[in-house]
Amino acid sequence: MTNPLHERIKNDVTSNDIVLYMKGDAMFPQCGFSATVIEILNYFKVDYKTHNVLQDKNLRDGIKEYSDWPTIPQLYVKGEFLGGCDIVREMAANGELIAHFESVGIEPKE
Amino acid sequence: MAYDAPQIKELILEILPGAEVQVQDMRGDGSQFAAQVISTEFIGKNRVQQHQIVYKALKGKIGGELHALSLQTSAPE
Repeated sequence: MTNPLHERIKNDVTSNDIVLYMKGDAMFPQCGFSATVIEILNYFKVDYKTHNVLQDKNLRDGIKEYSDWPTIPQLYVKGEFLGGCDIVREMAANGELIAHFESVGIEPKE
Repeated sequence: MAYDAPQIKELILEILPGAEVQVQDMRGDGSQFAAQVISTEFIGKNRVQQHQIVYKALKGKIGGELHALSLQTSAPE
């Protein structure tokens, strides 16, 4: 009963340190919530990979099932679903996000 | 149908009786809400799990997506 799409997502989020499922891409986010998360990741100068769910309907639905989370964007760190825009923004503001990155060995790039 | 802030608060309270819930209609036209929810049900749960509980309370009820809702959750101090 393995879902091939869920397997693909799992493989992707575990083989990349930071993965963001978003609307648009890092250059041109197509939704304010996705743009906010990009801004935060750029602020902390960490490397990340993005997927544009607007280009893939299956992925757009599949990612919501995978995490049991109804909205995009969705941020994954070392395979763990960290949250959507509200949670990421809150964690960025109170210092939890940078502490979490440090605790899992993610360093800002030079 | 459009929901207003008191109705959203009711829906959240149905699933989290006794919670402290504040819902604001950010633009005054029902298109963007902000909710703050404090509940003892959140004790021991991480933020993702806390938000999932609230999303389930509102599932399918305010638009196809809950994009119109900005959410802050916490357990009581």
